[in-house]
Amino acid sequence: MPMNPTRKRRLVIVLLILAAATIATVLVVVALQNNMNYLLTPSQVQSGQASSYKTFRLGGMVKAGSIQRSNDSLKVTFTVVDAGGAMPVEYTGILPDLFRDNQSVIATGHMDGARFVATEVLAKHDETYMPKELKDAMAKAHEGKPGIESRE
Amino acid sequence: MTPELGQLALILALLLALAQGVLPLIGAWRGNRALMAVARPAAAGQAVFVAFAFGILVWAFLHFDFSVQYVADNSNLELPWYYRIAAVWGAHEGSLLLWIFILNVWTVALAAFSYKLPEVFASRVLAVMGLIAVGFLAFIVFTSDPFGRLLPMPGDGADLNPVLQDPGMAFHPPVLYTGYVGFSVAFAFAIAGLLGGELEQAWVRWARPWTNVAWAFLTLGIVAGSWWAYAELGWGGWWFWDPVENASFMPWLVGAALIHAQAVTEKRGSLRAWTILLSIFAFSLSLLGTFLVRSGVLTSVHAFASDPRRGVFILAFLTIVVGGSLLLYALRAPKVAGGKAFQLLSRETVLLIGNLMFAVAAAMVLLGTLFPLIGDALNLGRISVGPPYFGFLFPLLMLPVVLLMPFGPFLRWGKGESPLLKQILLRVGIAAAACAIVAAFFVDGKLKAIVGVAALAWLGVGVLLYAYKRWRDVPRGRRYPGEMAGMLLAHLGVGVFVAGVLLTESLSVTRDVRMAPGETQHISGYDFRFDGVHRTTGPNWKADQGVITVTRDSKQIAVMHPQKRTYPRGQVQTESAVDAGVFRDLYVALGEPMDAGNIEGAWALRLYYKPFVRWIWGGGLLMMLGGFVCAADKRFRLKRTAAATAPVDLQPQETRA
Repeated sequence: MPMNPTRKRRLVIVLLILAAATIATVLVVVALQNNMNYLLTPSQVQSGQASSYKTFRLGGMVKAGSIQRSNDSLKVTFTVVDAGGAMPVEYTGILPDLFRDNQSVIATGHMDGARFVATEVLAKHDETYMPKELKDAMAKAHEGKPGIESRE
Repeated sequence: MTPELGQLALILALLLALAQGVLPLIGAWRGNRALMAVARPAAAGQAVFVAFAFGILVWAFLHFDFSVQYVADNSNLELPWYYRIAAVWGAHEGSLLLWIFILNVWTVALAAFSYKLPEVFASRVLAVMGLIAVGFLAFIVFTSDPFGRLLPMPGDGADLNPVLQDPGMAFHPPVLYTGYVGFSVAFAFAIAGLLGGELEQAWVRWARPWTNVAWAFLTLGIVAGSWWAYAELGWGGWWFWDPVENASFMPWLVGAALIHAQAVTEKRGSLRAWTILLSIFAFSLSLLGTFLVRSGVLTSVHAFASDPRRGVFILAFLTIVVGGSLLLYALRAPKVAGGKAFQLLSRETVLLIGNLMFAVAAAMVLLGTLFPLIGDALNLGRISVGPPYFGFLFPLLMLPVVLLMPFGPFLRWGKGESPLLKQILLRVGIAAAACAIVAAFFVDGKLKAIVGVAALAWLGVGVLLYAYKRWRDVPRGRRYPGEMAGMLLAHLGVGVFVAGVLLTESLSVTRDVRMAPGETQHISGYDFRFDGVHRTTGPNWKADQGVITVTRDSKQIAVMHPQKRTYPRGQVQTESAVDAGVFRDLYVALGEPMDAGNIEGAWALRLYYKPFVRWIWGGGLLMMLGGFVCAADKRFRLKRTAAATAPVDLQPQETRA
């Protein structure tokens, strides 16, 4: 079949779209695999669900009276709790404005032995509002059902 | 009594919107001029009623009418009057009212300037605008009434979220919404074109400035939001890939593609179906953006409200708009498509590649933003996608765009000239390499920074070369029409932006430190001396205010006053202090006192040295300026189209088709 200009143009367009879509899909899958952050509560971590993730997000409430500051650096330790578990957290840096006792927080980081070492700590801007995903995760942990299924 | 008048006005506006959305469509279909003529007065009437309702809400805020639930929730007696006005759009209900108000302003402008379009087409365009208004007014009237009463009336209200009590945030939503809503014009054009089965190049020319203005507003809104996040959130970052930011960024990306696609369609008639598709997506993403931010569809660090009851309406509305228009597209697009063929090496091809990259980037951001919802639906657990996902993919997708950008203007429509391209490639390549080598000496061989400087040289020299070519080849007075100048400004803006991003990212110094009064920190040649913290008060807040004196070589550069404010309802808000400069920002934010309660002792402080950070917003503002300058081109406003001057074809569309 002879290639008239219209047909040729269409072919070029289709090939361009195909190439772009393929490359983009591969890249997106790779990037997604490396950057998915799971949200777990202390009790889920203690039941061993965190073992397959290097970094994850730990969500729960700051246990009242657990915040301890270092005297000579910005290191701070506190305990994050949910209904069925507690997890000591270590963080070096400046905490968000709303960080305080009994505040719901989400910390991103990794496990170091039995401690969670956070690289980022977030507290909601609205002090009465708990993030829905955190509320759901805590409710599930409370019922004793695993909220997170393994990745595979 | 007055709040009920506002409610009544909204109901009347809804009825008028129904008239504006339905009757002209029937008129255009049956060839009934009287029905088509309903569009303009109905649009004007609707605008008057919505403006009235908006005015009533402003009035309620200014007069502390706490018997209105929305006013009581978002203001109090201590809130200054300017933030009480900003509080009108400080939460869900009011921001929807602002949205519809801006839609009405656009519609009235459209009605006033559309006399040059054929009557049938203009009626359809206005009818589509009316249908959008129906959706939003119904949403407000049935689920999100801003005038709902609170009885008994409280003595004082709650508070406007302190995060929003900032000049940048007061003006960010209206500007952003003007951009979102502006894409409704391109959308209405696309739908009207699909309904009628034709889209003349002249009509696309007429639509172009509207899209450019919308995109420019959206750019300004995003720049303002980025600046606000930088100054107000106390984190010193300028972009976080937060769902709320992504929500405005997706329509921006598709809008940028649309601007270029419209240029191809107007000039050459080709890519018509693609232009229509982009118009649909730009507006759909604007709708999604509005709902993502204000309606708690996604939870994010700064989402405001969460009411699942509204979710159903939003989902239905989005389904009708996206599904309906895509169905219409599938049925009618083959009829509308057409245009001149182009060769592989042509301006069309380069613009198409850019378009595809923008579209893929928007899809990538959409996937990352909605991934928590997808993961939830597939029962994968509570997942969110971290910023590195976006940070890795986005630059990769934009790389071809940046590389091709200098060549686009030199390529001819339809066919290319390769000798000229080699010359351009050589020149921009040498310029970029030379600048990179020079830069390497100044930035300690940091690769990102060197790439940033090279990118600015690549794009900047590309722009200069084309500006020079126009200067040389084109007679005076016709060298830089608005469209041309706007393109050059916006492309230069991309260069400034890229350089700003890469230089800031690689050269910034961040330090979280514990400082006792009198202590000094040394950062990049600057000495930050902490002179302690004292108490101060503002109109509706108390604050701990730090004093940091910055010196360089014993010369005083700045005295900075970061604050930690406490608002009447106990909310705490960090106000950072910024010493701005063209080449660097110095930035200080207060953390917390190391010994709780003793504010005169040591504090946790966040100190930043941020070189070239302003270039990020400068580049964005250049892009915005480019959009406005382009829209001002006289070519877009001149002649009446042939179809408009010809007698109106009053036959029903069916027989024509």
